[in-house]
Amino acid sequence: MTREMTGAKMVIQALKDQGVDTIFGYPGGAALPIYDEIFQQNDIRHILVRHEQGAVHAAEGYARSTGKVGVCLVTSGPGATNTVTGLTDALLDSIPLLVISCQVPTFLIGSDAFQEADTVGITRPCTKHNWLVKDTDKLSSTIHEAMHVARSGRPGPVLVDIPKDVQFASGTYEAPKPSTSHYKPRLKGDLEEITELVAAIEKAKRPVFYTGGGVVNSGPAASQLLRELVDATGFPVTSTLMGLGSYPASGKNWLGMLGMHGLYEANMAMHGCDLLINVGARFDDRITGRIDAFSPKSKKAHIDIDPSSINKVIKADIPIVGDVAHVLEDILKIWKSRGRKTEVEAVSKWNKQIDEWRAVRCLTYRQSETSIKPQYALQRLEALTKDRDRYITTEVGQHQMWAAQFLGFEQPNRWMTSGGLGTMGYGLPASIGVQIAHPESLVINVAGEASWLMNMQEMGTAVQFRLPVKQFILNNERLGMVRQWQELLHGERYSQSWSEALPDFVKLAEAFGAKGILCKDPKDLDDAIMEMLDYDGPVIFDCLVEKHENCFPMIPSGKAHNEMLLGDADTQGVIDSKGSVLV
Amino acid sequence: MNALQIKKGATKHSAYNLRPAFSEIEERHTLAVLVENEPGVLARVIGLFSGRGYNIESLTVAEVDHTGHRSRITIVTKGTPQVIEQIKAQLGRIVVVHEVHDLTVEGPSVERELAMLKVVGQGDKRVEAMRMAEIFRANVVDTTLDSFIFEITGAPEKIDAFADLMRPLGLAEIARTGVAALRRGL
Ligand SMILES: Cc1cc2nc3c(=O)[nH]c(=O)nc-3n(C[C@H](O)[C@H](O)[C@H](O)COP(=O)(O)OP(=O)(O)OC[C@H]3O[C@@H](n4cnc5c(N)ncnc54)[C@H](O)[C@@H]3O)c2cc1C
Ligand SMILES: Cc1ncc(C[n+]2csc(CCOP(=O)(O)OP(=O)(O)O)c2C)c(N)n1
Repeated sequence: MTREMTGAKMVIQALKDQGVDTIFGYPGGAALPIYDEIFQQNDIRHILVRHEQGAVHAAEGYARSTGKVGVCLVTSGPGATNTVTGLTDALLDSIPLLVISCQVPTFLIGSDAFQEADTVGITRPCTKHNWLVKDTDKLSSTIHEAMHVARSGRPGPVLVDIPKDVQFASGTYEAPKPSTSHYKPRLKGDLEEITELVAAIEKAKRPVFYTGGGVVNSGPAASQLLRELVDATGFPVTSTLMGLGSYPASGKNWLGMLGMHGLYEANMAMHGCDLLINVGARFDDRITGRIDAFSPKSKKAHIDIDPSSINKVIKADIPIVGDVAHVLEDILKIWKSRGRKTEVEAVSKWNKQIDEWRAVRCLTYRQSETSIKPQYALQRLEALTKDRDRYITTEVGQHQMWAAQFLGFEQPNRWMTSGGLGTMGYGLPASIGVQIAHPESLVINVAGEASWLMNMQEMGTAVQFRLPVKQFILNNERLGMVRQWQELLHGERYSQSWSEALPDFVKLAEAFGAKGILCKDPKDLDDAIMEMLDYDGPVIFDCLVEKHENCFPMIPSGKAHNEMLLGDADTQGVIDSKGSVLV
Repeated sequence: MNALQIKKGATKHSAYNLRPAFSEIEERHTLAVLVENEPGVLARVIGLFSGRGYNIESLTVAEVDHTGHRSRITIVTKGTPQVIEQIKAQLGRIVVVHEVHDLTVEGPSVERELAMLKVVGQGDKRVEAMRMAEIFRANVVDTTLDSFIFEITGAPEKIDAFADLMRPLGLAEIARTGVAALRRGL
């Protein structure tokens, strides 16, 4: 189907034809023609944010919780530059996004025109790909191709920059057709390598599955197949921060998260295993710790759709390039056809060893009668919400790690957090995007007060669109994660890690037209949480917690997995000077 | 390299380059990258090298298929085998990159570079420059009473050698194209 229409109309038509129902955006001069088209239709809902960074994080929350591409629309210059942090965040966390940025007219490009910025230049390193469209006839096919690139292979953010004259001009609209793009990442894994992995599975005595965000990226089928494979083999399974929920936290083979703030049993299993099966994870430095001491005795298999992830950090003995769901399906098929063999006795001995590590109960903390421990707050939040249809987003810091440790996820796409970039200010807008996608569900942003302030303007968005997002702020009046590092690394010199002059969050909530709840006594906590849950609207929950609590376990920088710090030990000087240059 | 050998304050080190499992020996590789000739494609390739800290020894680019809008970028780079593997994988990720060939491992290839050298001098030096140029099969493409411009084609080492000889004879300026390379045979 081809039709004549203006570029602005084409944008809306192309998005509709791509199945887009929601755009997060903010208008401005260069975007007016497209905004005029938005005004004249009802198929696509526009969510007006308060800052373009908020639009991108909201789109990330929308995308991660639905598996669809999140879409943003921003104006030229400052509108476009405000998306840079969000784009980088989405690039590092493999979140599919389309940002449509508007540009000064083509004949003014290069003249330092009002609100001109070299948007494709600025965003080239923080997008999977980007385009400047100078010809209205190419606009629709570019948007279709952009959506294809965003969601195919390793998903990621793309940007299409559209000058204002291209929006005004008429051209020929082309409907999406089966992609003619040469960009077709390989989905099926190499059968020889897969068979080698099956043989390794049959022989392994101390195996472990190390799963990651790639399982979530691959879609619900991948999680299903992972569960089947884990349950059939009886192998223990851990996950990165990004993969939580792919295997249910209630599953009996679940080890909990691994890595810097991961669980003792997960990290010890990684250290002691003889077969490490990486399923859609990227050997991030939060996971590996000291590389020459990382999982020293294991054969390593690595399943990843992006060839550049393989051998980037850790050498793979069995590299498998392909999509998680496709590869797991083939593994299961071949393993079953060869008689479903495992070293049953050795694996059960291994599981017993793991039970001993579990018995260390590494998440134990010192309870208090008088102050709310952040861990306790999350335990209560978990107890009171785990049976609900629940989505969690987080900000960045200690609270994020405690949330990963103390909340259990039974399904993928239920946990939205900024892992790779660690963007403070992600959680509130992300919770808005999630709530837009799941209007009936309970959406909670577990926040630190400092992070939360970074994009707090988005409370206005929540109130305007009647989004009952719950902002659960663990308020320690500190940049807690920074303070913890200063305590451990910099002789307790707490340089600039205080949250001074904090607002009264209850009054702030009221000023926005939301509800505010303050809680500081552990005895009141359950009632206060229930009050938050029962309120049919956005809530800011100011939970005053212990100010100097540290997040454990912790593998100090430059240390190996089996050199983890547990609990409230004397932690002074534990990171030696050699480790302190690592971040 | 061992993680624990990092000196305090040596901030250029990070967790990322502690790779004891990989070989530390650097190799020189010539890569041929076929790309769509669209605006920004060279910036993508160069940005990848600078952003990730890879070396570029030489880079040449030109459209080689005008109807299909394909350009061929020839890159000479240096790195450990693992870094070379990463470079190829990272190049392969760029959406407008169609093919990446490592000519150094894909069998014998021919490398050529073109250079122009301006040599300024009179008398014996001028005669000597001319004699050397003949030995190197360099052509004279411009001459004045006290200068030559030589054009020479060959492997980069040959051009280096020629330039070294011209230096005492009055080498004033040199322009080099960078390496173009093709695999031999079919
Ligand atoms: C303060 C802080 C502390 C942190 N501490 C920890 C910690 O203790 N533990 C921890 O785990 N993380 C931690 N993180 C997060 C960490 O920085 C990384 O973001 C995270 O570990 C990366 O997860 P991942 O390996 O699953 O990779 P992701 O970033 O999710 O990447 C996914 C991988 O899967 C591949 N992939 C994508 N789609 C597919 C597909 N369809 N099929 C196959 N492969 C696919 C991609 O190519 C990529 O290699 C922390 C972050 C912060 C901010
Ligand atoms: C945008 C941004 N700036 C700085 C940092 C560095 N940083 C990481 S955690 C943290 C403190 C977060 O404090 P808060 O949100 O209160 O959470 P807490 O650690 O106290 O739970 C800082 C400053 C970051 N991750 N992101």
